[in-house]
Amino acid sequence: MKYAYYPGCSLRGTGRAYEESLLAVFRALDVAIQELNDWNCCGATTYLSIDELTSYALAARNLALAARDRLDIIAPCAACYLVLNKTQRYIHDYPDIQLVVTRALDAIGLKYDDRVRVRHPLDIFLNEIGVKAIASRVTRSLKGLKVAPYYGCQIVRPYATFDDQRNPTSMDRLLEACGAEIIPYSLKTRCCGGSQKGTLPEVGLYLINYLVEEAQMNGADVIATVCPLCQFNLECFQKEASSEQNPLSTPVLYFTQLMALALGASSATIGLRRSLVKIEPVLEAKEIAYA
Amino acid sequence: MPDTRRPTNGSDTDGIRIGVYVCHCGTNIAGTVDVKAISEYAATLPGVVVARTYKYMCSDPGQALIQQDIRDLRLNRIVVASCSPLLHEPTFRRALDRVGLNPFLLQMVNIREHVSWVHLDKPAATAKTNDLVRGAVRRVARHKPLQKRRVPINPSVLVVGGGIAGIHAALTLADAGKHVYLVEREPTIGGHMAKFDKTFPTLDCAACILTPKMTAVGSHPLITLWTYSEVLKVSGYVGNYRVQVRRKPRYIIEDLCLGCQECITACVYKEGKTRDEFNLGLSKRKPVYLPFPQAVPQKVVIDPETCIEFKSGKCKKTCIEACGERKAIDFKQKESLEEIEVGTIILATGFTTFNAARNAYYGYGRYPNVYTSLEVERLINASGPTSGELVLRDGTRPKAVGIIHCVGSRDANTNRWCSKVCCMYSLKLAHLIKERTGADIFNFYIDMRTPGKGYEEFYDRLLDEGVHFVRGRVAEVTEWAAHPSEKGKLIIRAEDTLAAFVRRIPVDMVVLSVGLEPQPDAQAVRRLFNISCSNEGWFLERHPKLAPVSTFTEGVYIAGACQGPKDIPDTVAQAGAAAAEALALVDAQFVELEPYTAFISEEECSGCKSCIPLCPYQAISFVEEKKKATINEVLCKGCGTCVAGCPSGSIQQNFFEDEEIFDEIEGVLAYA
Amino acid sequence: MDLKRTVKFEADRDPEFARWISHTVGGERIRHCLQCGLCSASCPLSLHMDYTPRRLMHLSREGFKEEVLSSAAIWLCTACYACMVECPKKINITHLMYALKERAIQEKFYPKRFPIPVMAQQFSRMVRESGRITESWLIVRVFLRSAIWRLLGMSGLGWKLFLTGRMPARKEKIKRKSEIRTLLASVAATRKELAL
Repeated sequence: MKYAYYPGCSLRGTGRAYEESLLAVFRALDVAIQELNDWNCCGATTYLSIDELTSYALAARNLALAARDRLDIIAPCAACYLVLNKTQRYIHDYPDIQLVVTRALDAIGLKYDDRVRVRHPLDIFLNEIGVKAIASRVTRSLKGLKVAPYYGCQIVRPYATFDDQRNPTSMDRLLEACGAEIIPYSLKTRCCGGSQKGTLPEVGLYLINYLVEEAQMNGADVIATVCPLCQFNLECFQKEASSEQNPLSTPVLYFTQLMALALGASSATIGLRRSLVKIEPVLEAKEIAYA
Repeated sequence: MPDTRRPTNGSDTDGIRIGVYVCHCGTNIAGTVDVKAISEYAATLPGVVVARTYKYMCSDPGQALIQQDIRDLRLNRIVVASCSPLLHEPTFRRALDRVGLNPFLLQMVNIREHVSWVHLDKPAATAKTNDLVRGAVRRVARHKPLQKRRVPINPSVLVVGGGIAGIHAALTLADAGKHVYLVEREPTIGGHMAKFDKTFPTLDCAACILTPKMTAVGSHPLITLWTYSEVLKVSGYVGNYRVQVRRKPRYIIEDLCLGCQECITACVYKEGKTRDEFNLGLSKRKPVYLPFPQAVPQKVVIDPETCIEFKSGKCKKTCIEACGERKAIDFKQKESLEEIEVGTIILATGFTTFNAARNAYYGYGRYPNVYTSLEVERLINASGPTSGELVLRDGTRPKAVGIIHCVGSRDANTNRWCSKVCCMYSLKLAHLIKERTGADIFNFYIDMRTPGKGYEEFYDRLLDEGVHFVRGRVAEVTEWAAHPSEKGKLIIRAEDTLAAFVRRIPVDMVVLSVGLEPQPDAQAVRRLFNISCSNEGWFLERHPKLAPVSTFTEGVYIAGACQGPKDIPDTVAQAGAAAAEALALVDAQFVELEPYTAFISEEECSGCKSCIPLCPYQAISFVEEKKKATINEVLCKGCGTCVAGCPSGSIQQNFFEDEEIFDEIEGVLAYA
Repeated sequence: MDLKRTVKFEADRDPEFARWISHTVGGERIRHCLQCGLCSASCPLSLHMDYTPRRLMHLSREGFKEEVLSSAAIWLCTACYACMVECPKKINITHLMYALKERAIQEKFYPKRFPIPVMAQQFSRMVRESGRITESWLIVRVFLRSAIWRLLGMSGLGWKLFLTGRMPARKEKIKRKSEIRTLLASVAATRKELAL
């Protein structure tokens, strides 16, 4: 089964490590993909604040492109994943939106098809490949590595299609299959603030502080994320967000980076060089090879 | 004009003689329909001997008018054109009956709800009325005299469920001299009320007010108490129900057990290892146990799932030794099936509480010190797992307690309804917990619902006691400390909507005020007794305002929380009401059944059996010897399905025979 | 002591605003809100808000347009959907926040150079021009128009990200850019036709 890979704008920028490691994991697990041809920005959460109808039409272009190729979409970025799912549901539930979108797509020679499924890599790895198969392909066990799994908002709310909305465990199970130890982390679905760090810094920093501090205090060696903006927020402002009593310095990696590491991918494809808070010291201390 | 059709009634020796009576109903009808013109037209129809109008036909003089004509003019068919038959058909039927004319030789025409109340055009309304009256006149000529059937009522009553509702109903009926079978699934009666510590608003000790009633049930000569039993099968009809009851084996001979509990002390298990259901898992029991100290009947039970003797057959059986000469223990006991005959049934099967684990964000099952309200009732109960001490899992006393209202109620995600009792019991628990521990109590509510007698005054009392009331639905209970003072506590996050800011309140113990839900097997039970459930799963009453304890199945009544969430006063009131309605039926000694039943013409029946599965009341059976179907008139409710379904047309229905219906149709359409 | 007089007359209400919020996508059930406060309690941003989400719901449905559109709360919402998951009346609060943001931007109810609407506008402009977002250029454009000094503050981070290859200067764009224009034109036309 082949999938249409929809990277989303962030994975070419701040989320580069996500793409690199994700593609490495796809290769290691023999998931066949092809990049969605000429995909456009989904609009994320921002376009909806400007003009929701246009936002749905823009997102629907990607759905229609996938429909033309007769492929389901894999969308690793949590925001893209949510927007594409939401677009499908709103087109289904609101006839006005459906009319606007179908006409707009028609104008560019595309047809809307609601049979396209939008899926997240966590879903594919867990439900199409399975933890057993993944565990059997692990060459560098992550044994001894303590991971705080941070899901954030958009892959569990408001649509929980492949995991429990309030207590998700998909990432937990995948990383455990790679040998990692998952530590208790009660803030795993608490919002990181999204773009608030940029626009309202005090607000953003307050949210980032307790998310990282709690993981650190619970003994996490690394925080695993699924969303480029969460990763960016939690990693890049640790110095600013630190309080005097608790300086923050926890590496924040995409879960695919940890999986790629476990599945034996090359150092370049794991994307460790992209990190600002390095994980290499921890890996060395736990005797996990990464070169 | 004389009617030339063949009279269908042997006593119509004079031929069909019809009287037509058109009611003005004040201006209700006469305002839109020209009643005088109707009566003049009616007089011209075949078979009509007299046609009159009157201001209020249902009144005494109106009825007298009809009765006079029946006597003087030897009328044998009556048509009354007036309001809906739902309102006055019985009135006019009684009028006919009093002067010796069979009440079913009457046809009513609804020219009020069907004509004058829905049309504005007088000529058109009058023309329509003419058509309807013409149809009725043709139909009534085909009416045959019918007799209401009387069926005797068995005076015994079955009460299902031994909670406070079932207990009260059973005592009321037994004190009235009727024999009652009280069937209860658990090994003891008492229901949920037996678990409570104190009851609101009086703070009466629940056991103190319940146990006298329980004992009365246990010792009443007219009550047959079958605990640890379930109803298996119900057949029959009002006044004549046949019920099969399965009695589960206690492995104790009830008549011999004295309830001394020596067997429990002597059991090879030195301590309990099994989850004690009565204490909601807060303590453990042995395989041989008494559900609670005041259980009725005061007989122990042996649980075959955990008793070693059942698992391996090699137990020392110290229990038998301790029982000694009484020899009350019998490991070979088998379940028994009892068949009883009763006339009426009262269902009082109660409720269950909302499963708090469904609200993951409140942490029930995740954080040890999050409890449900029912669990806390057991903790503060003197005969509970901690002898009345309110302590946390580690044995220490809480210094701050949060009580969260509306768990599993008023919520589109779980149950939409308000469970009615939680605000009051949350106030009660706040009071009791404060009394026992002196802790700081916080009640998180959305609305304070205190409508009963003395309830608002109870709330006033709580306000004086220094309990904190925060109006805001709680979003989460978390261990994450956002402030150093929160470490090690359970933090409740809610918006204090009255103050208009979000608050985080650290507590040691969280009490979830869980809502009430229908029992998980409510659907299976209702099918057993042939009643309905509402959308939400509660047993369906006949009318929410005017008939709250009867159902659409005659002879089956419902009482208590199985009909909907309610407190103890309302439950007892309903139980009394159900008992009264059952008594009314029983004391009438027989029930009259409407004769609108279907009947099968034996000669025409081809024995195809198509009708049998069609009947929703299982009233049709097949007589093997004759290879014909037959209808039990008493079970038949006259729905007409088999009449329509019979391929050979050999089923007819009283009062709705083919010729009656076709003549009515032809009469209406004859304007053309 | 600065004493304020607060009494709201019926003239202070805007019935059109109240009607609009009840009929906009997501506002169908706003009248069912029983003000329980669960949304505010689950919102991670509510502690910073002048009007909590609960209050915004009530103010909106009653038509207090000024208070609602000038509030800081609508900008603080990150659309994390925590409120909607638990709302016992299943009200689409997040979507209403989007609708309020949209309306506030349209009617210019925000201080000049306020970064959030500036971000929204620059983001959408970039999507319309190129079909994709280039983060580096987006950040520059947003802060040039809102808080220039912050750009300087972020330059350290920006440099590190550039070095690790996470802040490429190369502009991302799609091949068939004209399709975006056609799409937008069609949406505008249909919207006008249906008076949406």
